[in-house]
Amino acid sequence: MTAQDQIVTAGRAAGIAAPLDVAAIRADFPILDRTVRGGRPLVYLDSGNTSQKPRQVIDAMTEFYERHNANIHRATHELGEEATEAYEGARIKVARFIQAADETEVVFTKNVSEAINLVAYSIGNATAGSGSAPLQLRPGDEIVITEMEHHSNIVPWQLLCERTGARLRWFNVTPDGRLDLSRADELIGPRTKLVSVTHQSNVLGTINPVAEIAARAHAAGALVLVDAAQSAPHGLVDVTKLGADLVGFTSHKMCGPTGIGVLWGRRALLEQLPPFLGGGEMIESVWMDHSTFAPPPHKFEAGTMPIAQAVGLGAAVDYITTVGPDRIQAHEQELLRYALPALTEIDGLRILGPEQPVDRGGAISFTLDGLHPHDVSQVLDDRGVAVRAGHHCAWPLHRAMGVQSSTRASLYLYNTREEIDALTDGIRHAQKFFGV
Amino acid sequence: MQLESMYQEIILDHYRRPLHAGLREPFDAQVHHVNPTCGDEVTLRVTLKDGDGEAVVADVSYEALGCSISQASVSVMTDLIIGKPVSEALDVSAEFLELMKSRGEAEPDEDVLGDAVAFEGVSKYPARIKCALLGWMAWKDATARALADRSETESAGAVALGAQAAANGEQRGEAQR
Repeated sequence: MTAQDQIVTAGRAAGIAAPLDVAAIRADFPILDRTVRGGRPLVYLDSGNTSQKPRQVIDAMTEFYERHNANIHRATHELGEEATEAYEGARIKVARFIQAADETEVVFTKNVSEAINLVAYSIGNATAGSGSAPLQLRPGDEIVITEMEHHSNIVPWQLLCERTGARLRWFNVTPDGRLDLSRADELIGPRTKLVSVTHQSNVLGTINPVAEIAARAHAAGALVLVDAAQSAPHGLVDVTKLGADLVGFTSHKMCGPTGIGVLWGRRALLEQLPPFLGGGEMIESVWMDHSTFAPPPHKFEAGTMPIAQAVGLGAAVDYITTVGPDRIQAHEQELLRYALPALTEIDGLRILGPEQPVDRGGAISFTLDGLHPHDVSQVLDDRGVAVRAGHHCAWPLHRAMGVQSSTRASLYLYNTREEIDALTDGIRHAQKFFGV
Repeated sequence: MQLESMYQEIILDHYRRPLHAGLREPFDAQVHHVNPTCGDEVTLRVTLKDGDGEAVVADVSYEALGCSISQASVSVMTDLIIGKPVSEALDVSAEFLELMKSRGEAEPDEDVLGDAVAFEGVSKYPARIKCALLGWMAWKDATARALADRSETESAGAVALGAQAAANGEQRGEAQR
């Protein structure tokens, strides 16, 4: 057992009895000490947008630059060896975090938007002739997504359909913020080539029955991609259980740095998919008139990758693993059990999506009668409470829910009940301020 | 307090009781603008008329969905510029843009900006500047289109009208919508 495994096992053994020590967690995050807007303590409820970073992650990146920085794979000197080990070591950590068969199934990208675009462009390239027939999209073939998606899981498919003549179709959302699967047999059929769905909604918090949808898609011969941007930070991604062929997530929402994300894919599929970006590192041999390509994952990693950021992501994975994903999930569910009723108690407040903490993660989006989200978030900001206002990159979802925009508070492992109180107090203050 | 300095009473008044609201006919051009900081939208129509040989803002009508700053700003804007020559309204617009860029350092001219001076506090909150500018950007866009349509129609119609006018000895007619 490695030292890391020992920490994990001990953590889990302790974690069954002991809940998260939030004060200890908060002490790990330097920025949570900050005051804002003239001395107000920061109440950070915008982790769905980006998470804060623990010292362990910041230090790992600083240490890399101070002690181990070199380019990877190419250098034959000791620094190059250390840098390569740090980078590929991070890949191994990510693979273990999501229960991948091995690290060659983990491709590093810039973020999850790029991971999804990678798949879209790779399929497009296959269609343009450089890939195998099963991956090609012919006019009239279909891609199925949902109304619940973030724009990053909508726009790349619109563009791909434009390029190939394929047709984009989607599952609708029910008024209570779940996917309407009643038309699944009609939507997923012999013409379906790909189904792409979010694991956890960044607006509604809804956790979707991905395995069920994946099973239907596979029965129809379609590939399945899962957008796990909001679920990975809580340790909910187990690729052996999701049933997906491809999973995308991003470092900066899970305590890691910006600038790096992950596309996991089944090995056989990654071998079939043609390259996305061409350049150094992703090649095997290069002549002037043609090239051959490296096997996955390097086939999809052109040029110098965000090396220090990979190290940061590896440290973030270590951090979450040490704290214990089970305890993080339990903590958030406890906060949700406190927050949801506290919010629904407020006159004129409507929560978008599930009001019960069942199959639901920590994003809480709401509207307030007579008060626009920009104004709500401004008053909250004045009191030190950071939330997000607008469409949260999910404009079709807002239309489907019958609203123009919303205010969103999103929870993570360092949030507390007191912070929920600050949120509800702030909302009531906003209502008074605007005379609503 | 900074928040109160942004949300002045004038702004809240315009938010609760917006002036010149609603979409009216006839109009010369219509645009739909959204705020890149998402959550605000405006559909805006512009009607021009002739006044002493230059275009005058006859009417600005709108349907706005958004925050108090964006809604109040459209209301204040319409009240400020309706009846003014387009050239003067553009000057007011430029003055308002300068105020928005001032980071709270400016001393706004109430003679030029009228109620719009109340938005000075917004300039201290970069995220809300686009809210205050939404209506103005929409108006400029719509006006540019209306003016472009006018000059197209005039130059096309001028051939026919010019011949007729020459025959009748009349002046050039007003541009058709």
